[in-house]
Amino acid sequence: MMLQIKDLAVSTNGQNILKNINLEIDKGETVVLFGPNGCGKTTLLMSIMGLGGYKIEKGKIIFKGKDITNIPVYERVKLGIGIMFQRPPTVNGVTVRQLVKLCGDEDLDVGEIAGTLRANSFLDRSVNDGFSGGEIKRSELLQLIAQEPDLVLLDEPESGVDVENIALIGKAINKLLDKGVMKYSNGLSLKEHHTRRYRPGLIITHTGYILDYVPADRGIVFMNGHVVCGGNPFEILNIIRDKGFEECKKCDKKHKRQIQ
Amino acid sequence: MRQKTQKTNPVKEILLENLVEEKGYEHPYQEDLSLISQEDKERMLHAGVNLNSKERSGTFIMKDQSVIHCNIKQPGIELLSTSVALEKYDSLKNYWWKLLLPDTDRYTEHVKNHDARGYFIRAKAGAKSYFPVQSCLFLEDPGVVQSVHNIIIAEEGSELEILTGCTSNENSETSRAHLGVSEIYVYKNAKVTYSMIHNWGENIQVRPRTGIIVEEGGTFISNYICIRPVKDVQMDPIARLVGKGATALFNSILVAEPGSMMDIGSRVILEEEDTKTEIVSRALTTGGVITARGLIRGQAAGCKGHLECQGLVLDGGGQIYTIPELDGMVSGVELSHEAAVGKIAQDEIEYLMARGLSEQDAIGVIVRGFLNVEIVGLPPILKKEIESAIDKIKESAF
Ligand SMILES: Nc1ncnc2c1ncn2[C@@H]1O[C@H](COP(=O)(O)OP(=O)(O)OP(=O)(O)O)[C@@H](O)[C@H]1O
Ligand SMILES: [Mg+2]
Repeated sequence: MMLQIKDLAVSTNGQNILKNINLEIDKGETVVLFGPNGCGKTTLLMSIMGLGGYKIEKGKIIFKGKDITNIPVYERVKLGIGIMFQRPPTVNGVTVRQLVKLCGDEDLDVGEIAGTLRANSFLDRSVNDGFSGGEIKRSELLQLIAQEPDLVLLDEPESGVDVENIALIGKAINKLLDKGVMKYSNGLSLKEHHTRRYRPGLIITHTGYILDYVPADRGIVFMNGHVVCGGNPFEILNIIRDKGFEECKKCDKKHKRQIQ
Repeated sequence: MRQKTQKTNPVKEILLENLVEEKGYEHPYQEDLSLISQEDKERMLHAGVNLNSKERSGTFIMKDQSVIHCNIKQPGIELLSTSVALEKYDSLKNYWWKLLLPDTDRYTEHVKNHDARGYFIRAKAGAKSYFPVQSCLFLEDPGVVQSVHNIIIAEEGSELEILTGCTSNENSETSRAHLGVSEIYVYKNAKVTYSMIHNWGENIQVRPRTGIIVEEGGTFISNYICIRPVKDVQMDPIARLVGKGATALFNSILVAEPGSMMDIGSRVILEEEDTKTEIVSRALTTGGVITARGLIRGQAAGCKGHLECQGLVLDGGGQIYTIPELDGMVSGVELSHEAAVGKIAQDEIEYLMARGLSEQDAIGVIVRGFLNVEIVGLPPILKKEIESAIDKIKESAF
């Protein structure tokens, strides 16, 4: 198992947000996280990343066999965890180009990666300063591509993005996760590539549009800070599209009864 | 908890009478710059003055009250000591004490009464300086009061770049003072870029007094950098834009360590139509006290002014006090200001940490970004200076 979350409980500002979360993600696996607003999806990603303000009350996070529950953020990054923020802050006076170089190598050809994400127009602007929704997402992906993480955490990669740019973003995510149909130069078939795939991903989505481009393996549903469901991501998406989270509430109630 | 009292002007008056008279301090003229000591050169370098660089149009050095070097290489640009210039040009008296009055305060009075020396720089009509003219104002002897009076004239259509580096030997035990009057004339369609770097020392008190006048279509750009310790510095230059379409820009970067006090302002009077100004300052304290002022007065229709002051207060008991003032005196003026004083945002630190930076490095990147105002013609050495200041700030943040 690449990532193991064991009986995790997390609070923020004295409020319990996540309760007994158990989740395992294998290498090469892409998991989609569904759930209504405020159910704790972002909180889970932030906790995996180790960001301040999120207090681990209970449980463990294990990555590549190592207990990372209490290690500093930058050490998690070194181990290979990368995150795309839902709402990243503006950093004045620091350009996207400079930040991308900090994520990767000093002598990284930023222009080249930027080309594939149509990001050249904002490379030399202050990070996120007055960026449109789509620009923020592309800037985040640029940083992740430079970082080359082994576990990719994506918080609503397609929210606020137009149809054309979703395709662009989908392609970039596939590249991060070794997915999809793309050219490889080493003579292996795509099938062989996909079976050797290593990097897992955890993607939060409301609309599911990103699944049109990124083939996911498994879906889970969050309600009130815990996992209430798991299964085929496309099936779950269809139910949510059709019924909202009403169906999930039924399972949530049963789940609660079981605990009590 | 320690209670801080609010102070609008924390900088006390200098007791000039307790310092020695500058008379009797003579330093020999140095034709050959290579004879200047390595130590002095090093100090000058930290103020942006590079005696080995080929990328300077000319060099002027004044040590205490003695002009020890004055040499210009570029035709069309004139550089003289003011005492020589006053003898050579009778008309110079029309520029002497015209933008500032001697009775403005005790410092201008002192300069008036104490045989001030300084530089006279003139760009003849249409001349352009390829490289900056550099001048160094240097304090050497104990207890000295340096009285300086400079005149800068950019004639019609000329372009002049001036870099003034102010510094001292590292004898930090004694109190010393620098009083500097500068009168800057920017004629029609001329452009002056005036960069001043202060690298004084912990016991030095500094009172620059600067007046600028800009005529039609002219541009004046001031870059002021003070990121090294100083006992106190107080200045509030005033620029009058008296011709249609004249522009003035003021950029300041201030870093105050414990023990440093800075009261830095810029005043711009927009007297004609379509004049423009922008005053931008970045102030950061790791324990010192900074007062950042700005005043824009709009007196003609169609003039525009913007004032921006950002302050960052890091741990160390320092203070930043900003006083932005706008004065629209007729209809049709557009004046605005934007000021913010705060701390380094935790979410920005964490954002960068999530990209693999340690907390300390993240703070470094944010501070670098904060201090990174667009500075026109900033010499590379200054970028290095700012970097070393950032390293210090990073350490003091822990
Ligand atoms: N710093 C905080 N202080 C107080 N409450 C917080 C804080 N951070 C998160 N919360 C609360 O925790 C709950 C879960 O928030 P979280 O951002 O994880 O939700 P989410 O599932 O990502 O929602 P969305 O789909 O709207 O992005 C919300 O009720 C939110 O208001
Ligand atoms: Mg969220």
